[in-house]
Amino acid sequence: MFLLPGILLIFLFFLAPVVITAVMGFTNMDYRFQWNFVGFGNFFRMSDDFLVPKILVNTLVYTFGTLAIFNVTFGLILALLTTSISERVGLFFRALWLLPRFTPPVVYAAIWLWILSPTRNGLLNGLRVAMGLNPIAWISEYPWGVIIVTNGIIGASMGMLIFASAIKAIPRDYLWAARVDGASWFQEVRHIVLPLIRWPLMFITAYQTLSLLTSYEYILLITQGGPFHASEVWSLYAYNKAFSAYAGTYEFGYAAALATVLVLIGTVASIAYWKMFRFREMMAPPRIEVS
Amino acid sequence: MASIKLEQLTKRFGKVVAVNNLNLEVKDGEFIALLGPSGCGKTTTLLMIAGIYRPTQGKIYFDDVLVNDVAPKDRYVGLVFQSYALYPHMKVYDNIAFPLKLAKVPRKEIDRKVYEVAKLTKIEELLDRMPGQLSGGQQQRVALCRALVKEPEILLLDEPLSNLDARLRIETRAEIKRLQRELGITTILVTHDQVEALTMSERVAVMHAGVLQQYGPPDELYDRPRNLFVASFIGDPPMNLIPVELERTDGRLRLVADSFVLPLAEEWENMLGQIPEASFTLGVRPEDVRISTEEKANALLGEVFLTEPLGGGTLVHFMFGEISFRVLASREIKMDVGDKFWLVPDQSKLHIFTKDGLSVREVGRRDAQ
Ligand SMILES: Nc1ncnc2c1ncn2[C@@H]1O[C@H](COP(=O)(O)OP(=O)(O)O)[C@@H](O)[C@H]1O
Ligand SMILES: [Mg+2]
Repeated sequence: MFLLPGILLIFLFFLAPVVITAVMGFTNMDYRFQWNFVGFGNFFRMSDDFLVPKILVNTLVYTFGTLAIFNVTFGLILALLTTSISERVGLFFRALWLLPRFTPPVVYAAIWLWILSPTRNGLLNGLRVAMGLNPIAWISEYPWGVIIVTNGIIGASMGMLIFASAIKAIPRDYLWAARVDGASWFQEVRHIVLPLIRWPLMFITAYQTLSLLTSYEYILLITQGGPFHASEVWSLYAYNKAFSAYAGTYEFGYAAALATVLVLIGTVASIAYWKMFRFREMMAPPRIEVS
Repeated sequence: MASIKLEQLTKRFGKVVAVNNLNLEVKDGEFIALLGPSGCGKTTTLLMIAGIYRPTQGKIYFDDVLVNDVAPKDRYVGLVFQSYALYPHMKVYDNIAFPLKLAKVPRKEIDRKVYEVAKLTKIEELLDRMPGQLSGGQQQRVALCRALVKEPEILLLDEPLSNLDARLRIETRAEIKRLQRELGITTILVTHDQVEALTMSERVAVMHAGVLQQYGPPDELYDRPRNLFVASFIGDPPMNLIPVELERTDGRLRLVADSFVLPLAEEWENMLGQIPEASFTLGVRPEDVRISTEEKANALLGEVFLTEPLGGGTLVHFMFGEISFRVLASREIKMDVGDKFWLVPDQSKLHIFTKDGLSVREVGRRDAQ
């Protein structure tokens, strides 16, 4: 009985949107908001949509590229570096890296637009010109690179924070023992630190996968998914179908079907991670003294 | 194997001086103990020798080679942490094999060496377990194996027995001693337990507040404590320590506190004569007092206040006004509360300390130098 309000809340805020989205995915709802059920129509349309394969590839490259290069690896490197220098300097660098999180997304995007501007007034091209090189249209030339870097720079800070606190929680004795046993810094990281922060690693990997799958605001602001859908990812495509009038209509039904597929992908990924890390679980519960 | 020499070793953590100007030598193959209360700088000293902490000042030599700038892995030191620090994600076998794997020892060789040390400490059947599945005593053995497997020149043990129960502690004490003797490895044992230090090691370094108090064989610490701290820290039951005034009556020296009046033998005349002050602390070990029913020279008459049977003997408390005086009596003497006895302290085993806490014997020696 006491759980009832809680269950209701969970249903209202977490389950209901998913259910409504899934149900909406079976309608051809548009700006008139009519629930006309069309069976699997939207899903057949998806399989015929010539853009879908391209967008799927974009999504995978973006999600796992950002994840592998920045959100996990770079976050880990930042955490390792800032925990192996003096406490105060480390804290300063971590705080510095956190700044973009406090910056409004539009400002952050604007800074990137300036850095990547195809004109010679952009930061990168300004440098190229100063070195006697020709300017490059960064966004058109390297759409994947741009969305990975711009999302990764800001995304790495979460991993950095979680990993840094996990690393600091490792008893110093383990690290000292490894040093006496003959471990170099790299061996210490590989054999002691990484295995001991396995759970935070898994958490960040899974959490960031889901958040990257569904995030599109920086892409929308910086590349708009372009040029020619080259950097358009699944969630942005769904957003465009629903809210952008470039198709002339607000295709809520089709967008909902796209979103439903995204939820499925996310669920499958979560289960896969769970299995993968669970498999290596081997720390046994400690036993009390008997001898 | 190697000898160790610490020269004016100092370690500060901010304002805290953990180790203060420590000078210490350990001979090749020797087993010494660093003894002192918690927080006196024992672990810090050990970690400096292992190369984990960099000394704030001073020098560390192994075999007369300065090692201050040598990395831990190149010091050939085995270290058993107080926490044991077994890697929780590795099996016992992998824990022990870890130093060898890092040294790129061939697989077969690793196997052989791991089984060899495991046999030495009788843990062969535990090699497949995780550290979390072991008892404290077993973990301690595994930690010892991991320290020994790389055949280090120096073995450092940080309170290796403090997590074990009393019976296991006594067994392990003997076993570590046996191992050390078999391997002939230079060993420093850190402990706050005086019995452990006195029974296991050839020499004991007593530390207090980061400062070395005395360094010598157990007998020497016991028989000739250089200062009040060593006197009070070593010995069980502890030494009687009584603040006294030196008085001269009828040409004889006496130590007086309340109704406690102890005439001193001639031999003390010289030593105390040189010292201008009159306030001292008298130290008498409970076992250095003879109990008699008849009056004796240089004796005090005391009344039994309380008796504590200790198994082998009886600890008898006598009261002299406010001053309590404990004497270890053999079981043969029958004693009841209220009985009166003559107490005859062995004059050659009295300890008299100046106001600064220094033994009067030391003052004499220092002045002679
Ligand atoms: N890493 C450290 N940072 C600050 N103070 C420390 C550190 N390690 C030890 N100390 C201080 O130095 C003193 C000696 O500590 P320690 O060597 O661990 O003593 P022991 O091992 O004899 O109990 C203590 O006062 C302790 O608080
Ligand atoms: Mg300690």
